[in-house]
Amino acid sequence: MRLTSMILLGGAVAVPASAATVTVTIPQLKVAEYHKPYVAVWLEPTAGGPARTIAVWYDVKKKGNEPGTKWLADLRSWWRKGGRSMALPADGVSGPTRGPGAQTIPLPADLKPGSYVLNVEAARETGGRELVTVPITVPAANAKSSGKAELGTITLSR
Amino acid sequence: MKAYATGLLAAAALLALPTAASAHRQWLLPSVTTLAGTDGWVTVDAAVSNDLFDPDHFPMQTDQIQVTQPDGSKGRIQNAATGRYRSMFDVQVDKAGTWKIGTFSSNLGGTFSLNGETWRVGARRGPPPGAAGMGPGGPGAARPEGARPEGAPRPAGGEGGPRPGGEGGFAPAKSVASVAEIPAGATDIKLTESISRNEFFVTAGEPTKTVLAPTGKGLEFDPVTHPDDLVSNEPARFRFLIDGKPAAGLTVTVIPGSKRFRDGEHALSLTTGADGTVEVKWPFAGVYWLNVTATDNHASDSRAAERRMSYTTTLEVPAP
Repeated sequence: MRLTSMILLGGAVAVPASAATVTVTIPQLKVAEYHKPYVAVWLEPTAGGPARTIAVWYDVKKKGNEPGTKWLADLRSWWRKGGRSMALPADGVSGPTRGPGAQTIPLPADLKPGSYVLNVEAARETGGRELVTVPITVPAANAKSSGKAELGTITLSR
Repeated sequence: MKAYATGLLAAAALLALPTAASAHRQWLLPSVTTLAGTDGWVTVDAAVSNDLFDPDHFPMQTDQIQVTQPDGSKGRIQNAATGRYRSMFDVQVDKAGTWKIGTFSSNLGGTFSLNGETWRVGARRGPPPGAAGMGPGGPGAARPEGARPEGAPRPAGGEGGPRPGGEGGFAPAKSVASVAEIPAGATDIKLTESISRNEFFVTAGEPTKTVLAPTGKGLEFDPVTHPDDLVSNEPARFRFLIDGKPAAGLTVTVIPGSKRFRDGEHALSLTTGADGTVEVKWPFAGVYWLNVTATDNHASDSRAAERRMSYTTTLEVPAP
């Protein structure tokens, strides 16, 4: 419950001009059957503590017997670290899946200074799954990492 | 047909005696143990075989499968079917939290002597499918006229005349269904109590602990690490209890599935410490079968010299 209100807060606060941006590149894949991946982006304090989800992209529109939320557990690391305790949809956090290209997410402005691990996990229907981690510090310094298959470059820039 | 029925009986005997020397393992293999939302189902294979989880020997019966919902109330299995090598059933996971699905059995069985003849105690729950050796009415009908006033069950198939069936060595001749029917004149009573559990856990949403609460009876699983919160790069810690107290010195066997795709079984053999716990370091991600057995002399019936206990669970260990 507290997590939800934190997320709401994070989403509602206007992003200051100095705030950092996370860029997640979803690669273009030459495959016979392509579906846009489910992606979760979350922060874990390096010193330990609860994970904070800053974005989750899934099939928010699909309802019925097999709603889009059914496959959220395929983002298995995120699911275990925080996804399973979230109520979705979550304002400012959840949104529809995104296609290939560079996707940007503002780093929450209310993050306490310190070191974190930025996690980006992608899972694609009929495709693979990948987790990329990027150690970062707040206030943000530039950081970068890259996936090999399901994710491209992940950057934190100010 | 006869060979098949005998095999089923052998399987049934195995279920009753978990410490049998045979390597045949009873297993439940859920399609999934972690679900997002409450719209999901888990579909389960249930079988007895040497290798995990290759159904190539006998199906497990599904009539004893119990479902415990996250609030502790009873659930149900659906779509149960039994094939040549395995059974299957479904459970609709329509409530958030951790579910427990599996079997619990508690039996007292053994032998006694009466007038120089050996009798067997403990009947099966029902006739195996297609069994020729059962008279009409199942095990109840097989009971010798034990309710006679003198309390002396008479060997069936003897002076009582021929009975239907009785072939194959599993005929109910000279047996009583339960310890309550052991006649007063019985001597040389040898009884063993068998308590076994075989279960797994499925979680929708966040893991909960209601279904993990120990009952204090027999050998139980009291996990420190939640069984639906495992990951291959983090060791798990599990406690085992006997009658509610930490059980030290037990051997815990942990075996990954799909041996046929590897060179070795890669089984782990661990021993519980003074606090009844073991730490499991997963060699790799996968589905694991865990089994613990214990024997002591704390049977519920004073005439039973031995109590055999077995605990089995199936664990899904995802990659990080």
